[in-house]
Amino acid sequence: MSSQDINVRQKPAVAATGSNTETILATKELTKNFGGLTAVDSVDFSITEGEIRCLIGPNGAGKSTLLELITGQLSPSEGDIYFDGEDLTGMETHDRIDTGLSVKFQSPHVYENLSVEENLQVPLQRTDRDIETVLAETLERIALREKANVRASELSHGEKQRLEIGMAVTLDPTLMLLDEPVAGMSVDETADVANLIRSLHNDGMTFLVVEHDMEFVRRISDQVTVLNQGEIFRQGPIEEIEADEAVRRIYLGENA
Amino acid sequence: MSDSVDAEASVLDRLRGRLEGPNTYGNSLTFWVGFVVVIGLLAAYPQTTDPYTVIQTSRYFALAFLALSLSFIWGYAGVLSFGQVAFFGVAAYTFGIIGLNFSSATGIMAGVVGAVLVGTAVAAVVGYFMFYGGVRDTYVTIMTLVIALVLNTFMAQTAGSEWAVGAAQLGGFNGMDIPSLTLGIGQTGFELERAALYYALLGALVVTYLGLRVLVNSSFGLTMVAIREDEARTKTFGYDVPFIKLVVFTIGGALAAVGGVFYGSWGNYIDPTVFGIAFAALPVVWVSVGGRESLLGALGATVLIERMRTELSSGIGPIGSEWALVIVGGLLLGVILFMPAGVVPTVDDLITQLRSRRTERGQSTNTPEEAVE
Repeated sequence: MSSQDINVRQKPAVAATGSNTETILATKELTKNFGGLTAVDSVDFSITEGEIRCLIGPNGAGKSTLLELITGQLSPSEGDIYFDGEDLTGMETHDRIDTGLSVKFQSPHVYENLSVEENLQVPLQRTDRDIETVLAETLERIALREKANVRASELSHGEKQRLEIGMAVTLDPTLMLLDEPVAGMSVDETADVANLIRSLHNDGMTFLVVEHDMEFVRRISDQVTVLNQGEIFRQGPIEEIEADEAVRRIYLGENA
Repeated sequence: MSDSVDAEASVLDRLRGRLEGPNTYGNSLTFWVGFVVVIGLLAAYPQTTDPYTVIQTSRYFALAFLALSLSFIWGYAGVLSFGQVAFFGVAAYTFGIIGLNFSSATGIMAGVVGAVLVGTAVAAVVGYFMFYGGVRDTYVTIMTLVIALVLNTFMAQTAGSEWAVGAAQLGGFNGMDIPSLTLGIGQTGFELERAALYYALLGALVVTYLGLRVLVNSSFGLTMVAIREDEARTKTFGYDVPFIKLVVFTIGGALAAVGGVFYGSWGNYIDPTVFGIAFAALPVVWVSVGGRESLLGALGATVLIERMRTELSSGIGPIGSEWALVIVGGLLLGVILFMPAGVVPTVDDLITQLRSRRTERGQSTNTPEEAVE
């Protein structure tokens, strides 16, 4: 474990998809206790720039907790988080976002009373990107151009999810964190989101995606990390993970 | 020549562009024509009515600053303060203290600046401890009310002669004298009283209203609304939410303080009831009735409700003055039950619906979505 040093820049990549092989996010012995329960248990986890990493595992494995530790919603009981060479551990959420993170949480959190366009404007106006251009481009990308002036409360579940991914994307982050981006979506909608993630990835965005839907994971990702009881259980290419008996067993406990 | 007309038109267009947006009601040419007409009528009002009514209307205008301040922080940023009267009252007392000690025109003008600064600073300090201390929602409401009530209790026991700041006796329940607003230098000044005070207030209100409209329709306004709608999510877009709330609350405090200076100098008097619960509840009533997301609604409701209270206090027929607050309370209950968003938003909704129904009848293929915007 001592080789998992904090000098994240020099760590070799875990089979990156892009040409860039620098580690962009690393956690070191990250631990979160809730009373007697250890939700995340001394996790050493890293992501390489340019990859799409999926994080899977049964309910209660600590996936969402890990995400909230990275964004600063929760503060760790022990351990550190490094992103793009910076120590995030003691930072406020809004400062972490400014280092190049963006996040979409599990349940859709769009601004229900604002129009689609205004929803996108809220994150966008913080950046120095050209509002008109990015707005048009994002609306196109999330296929909501016709609904630009519709109130977000009138959108379908799938549209809200797309809108929220669009909102997170307007920040033009280095690393995008998505918690169950296709939960409750139809097959078609899921395919749309997969394509959206792929196209953003082609533009150089790095992703960490928490997901249950294995079909979706297969579509977007090469590398998968399996979390179980707060610990990294397996890590590797999707084919290996899916063939792994032990992984199937911990999942069966939930899906059977 | 047509060039200068064009230039004028484009300046007006740009001005309208900044004043209008999704965060305010009244975004049509009709609205602005009506707005100018109403200002004209209000400007002519002192010539058409008796001096007593003019003086009373000035009081409503001073109170309207309190309504604007609450509408701004509650309606736009979702921070319900029950204690805007605290900053209002602190400013009035401060103005009195400075004005009584330096009674020249310069002294009084310094008093205005000092009073607004002190009122604003108190709001900033209160806001800092609340928002950086993680106080939210109802707790903000309770805390601000408690601050007003503590001031009420404190000021009430300042009757003794030891409670004096220089020449200014705080006076406890008996209150404190406050000089009139005076414009001028040194000893030569022009006292703003009666119609002059009325016009000063009217001008200040119009400027403040238009300024707030520009602010709430700017990107800062959108940020405020985002915080109102979903504070946690706004944080994860990188916004420093406690800081923004502090800025909003401080601006709200400044508006209340301006109202307090006008109010104190209007009556040449202030006493601790300004911090009392009955007075603290009034801004919440005005803003709820008018529509908290409508600055103009809050303004109009203040003037109308206060006027109604004045008339009721002299008693109408068999109904005695003691019924005034009961009727105001009933009005609040009625509005909350039947128009939870307040009068202006409800009326605006009705107009939009009527218009969309008419266009639908006109061209039956029209989708209702277009009319909604």
